[in-house]
Amino acid sequence: MTGAACALFAARAGLDVVVVDRGPVAGGTTGAGEGNVLVSDKEPGPELDLALLSNRLWSELAEEFGEFIEYEAKGGVVVATSPGGLAALERLAVEQRAAGVVAERVDGDTLYGLEPHLAPGLPGAVHYPQDSQVMPALAAAHLVRAAGARLLTGRTVTDVLRTPGGAVLGVRTDRGDIHAPALVNAAGTWGGEIAALAGAPLPVLPRRGFVLVTEPLPRMVHHKVYAADYVADVASDSAALQTSPVVEGTAAGPVLIGASRERVGFDRSFSLPVLRALAAGATRLFPFLADVRALRSYVGFRPYLPDHLPAIGPDPRVPGLFHACGHEGAGIGLSTGTGHLIAQALTAKTPDLDLAPFRPDRFAEEAA
Amino acid sequence: MTDRPRLAVIGAGPAGLAATVAAAAHGVRVTLIDAAAQAGGQFYRQPAAALRAGRPQALHHDWRTWQRLRRALDAHVRAGAVAHLTDHHVWFVERESGESGRFTVHALLGPEEADAVAVGADAVLLATGGYEKVLPFPCWTLPGVVTAGGAQAMLKGTLVVPGRTAVVAGTGPLLLPVAAGLAAAGVQVAALVESAAPRAFLRRTRALAAQPGKVAEGAGYAAQLLRHRVRTLARHTVVEAHGIDRLEAVTVAALDGEGRVRVGTERRIPCDTLAVGHGMLPHTDLAGTLGCRLDGLRVHVDDEQRTDVPGVWAAGEATGIGGSALALAEGHIAGRSAAARLTGSTPDPQEWAAAAKSRTGLREFAAAIESVYAPPAHWSEQVTDDTVVCRCEEVTAGTVREAVAQLGAGDLRTVKLLTRAGMGWCQGRICAPGVAGLAGCELTAARRPFARPVPLGVLAEDHPQPTSRAHTHPTDGGPS
Ligand SMILES: Cc1cc2nc3c(=O)[nH]c(=O)nc-3n(C[C@H](O)[C@H](O)[C@H](O)COP(=O)(O)OP(=O)(O)OC[C@H]3O[C@@H](n4cnc5c(N)ncnc54)[C@H](O)[C@@H]3O)c2cc1C
Ligand SMILES: Cc1cc2nc3c(=O)[nH]c(=O)nc-3n(C[C@H](O)[C@H](O)[C@H](O)COP(=O)(O)OP(=O)(O)OC[C@H]3O[C@@H](n4cnc5c(N)ncnc54)[C@H](O)[C@@H]3O)c2cc1C
Repeated sequence: MTGAACALFAARAGLDVVVVDRGPVAGGTTGAGEGNVLVSDKEPGPELDLALLSNRLWSELAEEFGEFIEYEAKGGVVVATSPGGLAALERLAVEQRAAGVVAERVDGDTLYGLEPHLAPGLPGAVHYPQDSQVMPALAAAHLVRAAGARLLTGRTVTDVLRTPGGAVLGVRTDRGDIHAPALVNAAGTWGGEIAALAGAPLPVLPRRGFVLVTEPLPRMVHHKVYAADYVADVASDSAALQTSPVVEGTAAGPVLIGASRERVGFDRSFSLPVLRALAAGATRLFPFLADVRALRSYVGFRPYLPDHLPAIGPDPRVPGLFHACGHEGAGIGLSTGTGHLIAQALTAKTPDLDLAPFRPDRFAEEAA
Repeated sequence: MTDRPRLAVIGAGPAGLAATVAAAAHGVRVTLIDAAAQAGGQFYRQPAAALRAGRPQALHHDWRTWQRLRRALDAHVRAGAVAHLTDHHVWFVERESGESGRFTVHALLGPEEADAVAVGADAVLLATGGYEKVLPFPCWTLPGVVTAGGAQAMLKGTLVVPGRTAVVAGTGPLLLPVAAGLAAAGVQVAALVESAAPRAFLRRTRALAAQPGKVAEGAGYAAQLLRHRVRTLARHTVVEAHGIDRLEAVTVAALDGEGRVRVGTERRIPCDTLAVGHGMLPHTDLAGTLGCRLDGLRVHVDDEQRTDVPGVWAAGEATGIGGSALALAEGHIAGRSAAARLTGSTPDPQEWAAAAKSRTGLREFAAAIESVYAPPAHWSEQVTDDTVVCRCEEVTAGTVREAVAQLGAGDLRTVKLLTRAGMGWCQGRICAPGVAGLAGCELTAARRPFARPVPLGVLAEDHPQPTSRAHTHPTDGGPS
């Protein structure tokens, strides 16, 4: 997704773009996740700023090809399961509002009017109308197509070509060299490998996630609904975390339930305890789901960096190298803002957001 | 008796039955689990109208084998060595982490598939058989178009109305018994349309000569077809079905040497039933989730029928399509091997030398069959853009073609992501071969973590975990 968005914005900035991928379109984490475009789950800071920028750009793109990419600005509802949770949720909403997020406190009839099938007796929630959704694989495919970029799938980058002075000259692939003065590393969870080939280490790591998919249903869940306990989880550094339910209906009918987070390397084996935890969380929030069948489940590996912020922008260590990876559980949502900022950096414009928090060499300093 | 090791056999077809009887006779307790109400699987479940009609020698032989297995199973059940669980739909087999290597088989009960049970075992034997492959053609979704296996089911139930007119079409050796069965039940079989040229098969004398039983079986069906005056059209294919609310006729045409329709040879055959099949595919979902290696579309096994996952055996059509006699031989070997290994001894292959010998011959025979019976090479050219190829999600051939030509999809998974073909109720079990053919990509084994759709309420239930090790990877949820 990130590469597709970079291609689109770079092409629209007048650049000649080649997209290289060792697999098919959307064959990485993009084809193995969900497509939430969220502001609700982010605390004020650089990631929220990027999310707000991206959210706006998604709604603009949606005017061009919204229906092809199943764009839906359906809004999020973050539910508190305890009075204490509600207080914490409201405190976060106050800070988010100050940063430009629309966040409306809802309870009682208003809450059950938004989501009639929620478990009874919940103390309250916050409604985030800006939260939206796309179908990631379709979005990636249509953005690449709209970019008019040359798409080379089934080609693996095996080396980064550089001048004696260290500047980027292009890439070596298993099927020939490609020359270019600028290289954008949008290799997601494998971004660390490309960075290493270019001689500019970047500690991208995988964080496993499962999603459960149900049989198709008439619309029963109207928003993206999740429990407030999660907020602490997203920002957590711990590998051992509790479960919080995340439930959403899709345009195509199935309800998606996800996603788990674990750091277990690239282990693809299905873990029944994880799937059970997801199902338990979802049925607590929406009791009707107990009788609904799960048809499938899939697994993906989110790309994360130690401080949970992506790497975006030029790498001062290697002239001509730009990074756009490490978006963890928000790479679909954040892709448009990322592509826009990368295009600005590639064309030497002043970026709309300060790129300092996303500097790719920030970990090198920490290590030293 | 209770401290004997326990083997769970999943699937009570020829392979599972042979395995159960062999293992129970050699000192292990067996839990035999099957979705059907009776033992028998695909083959013995068929009441085989053909059997009652003529009882040719070859079939008679299989019938005796079946009775022998049935009696042995009943005896083991009475003796308490075998528990036979019918109407149990297995949705997941869980392997405990750590050294214990125990398994939990999770099943849904009854035709409703609503209530859940979990069965513990020291080892599992997958004998889940295969399912039918059907390729799309224009109007194949009309009522009256059924699979070859579906037609067999019609024979079983009350649906058969003598006097109906049927066409049996597609490719593969299963079309013969289906056509013979329909004819024997009083259905008028207007034609058997086979896209291959089975006569070419006769030239492969080596594989054939080694299988006199198989030859006699085929000859028996052929004789029955002759008796019922069923016309066989070799190197022909169905190009289209016709009808408004239901099937009224099909158009068939001859194929040229390249597997393309010969223009001008089309002719219309009125019929109210079209039984169509293009062979079988192995059921590998449970094996896949257990992490067993697959060779292409089949479960990989060694000489003892062991998969590469410790404690997991596989036999029968899950390991490759080959007919019931092969399933019996493989099941027997798997059962003997599992019994020996579970009771702590190293099995002696000499003890099953006869089964191993027939397995070798039957596998050669199956390979020869597979090389002869193939759908027409250019079948996908007949599929019009408006033909629905994925029925669950109503995806047309045109949409699949567009995803390939316009959006850069080049493999089954990407086609699925971009078109939703294969994402619905059947999870691509029906449409995957058709979609792969239209997209011009290889048919690959899908990863289906749930062998059956499972209610979230069942999934959410807190089953006691056999050991605390199962929880080594704590997890949380989150929005993304
Ligand atoms: C279960 C789950 C749920 C999620 N839900 C959401 C959500 O709701 N909203 C959201 O915004 N995000 C979500 N995410 C996160 C999101 O999926 C990722 O952040 C995003 O897909 C990352 O996109 P990407 O383009 O950076 O990486 P990828 O999609 O992984 O793309 C990287 C590409 O690089 C290619 N590549 C790697 N190495 C090489 C090489 N050497 N040569 C050539 N090509 C190479 C790969 O083939 C791959 O196609 C979820 C993730 C998971 C796992
Ligand atoms: C129409 C038709 C006609 C045929 N005619 C002939 C013939 O004339 N001669 C011949 O040699 N062969 C014939 N065959 C092939 C023969 O039926 C198979 O070769 C044989 O049945 C394979 O045996 P098996 O034990 O491997 O699998 P099967 O007989 O398919 O048994 C598999 C069993 O596993 C069960 N199962 C699968 N998944 C699950 C699950 N998740 N949970 C619980 N239970 C499960 C199924 O219910 C089934 O009972 C025919 C097949 C068909 C479809």
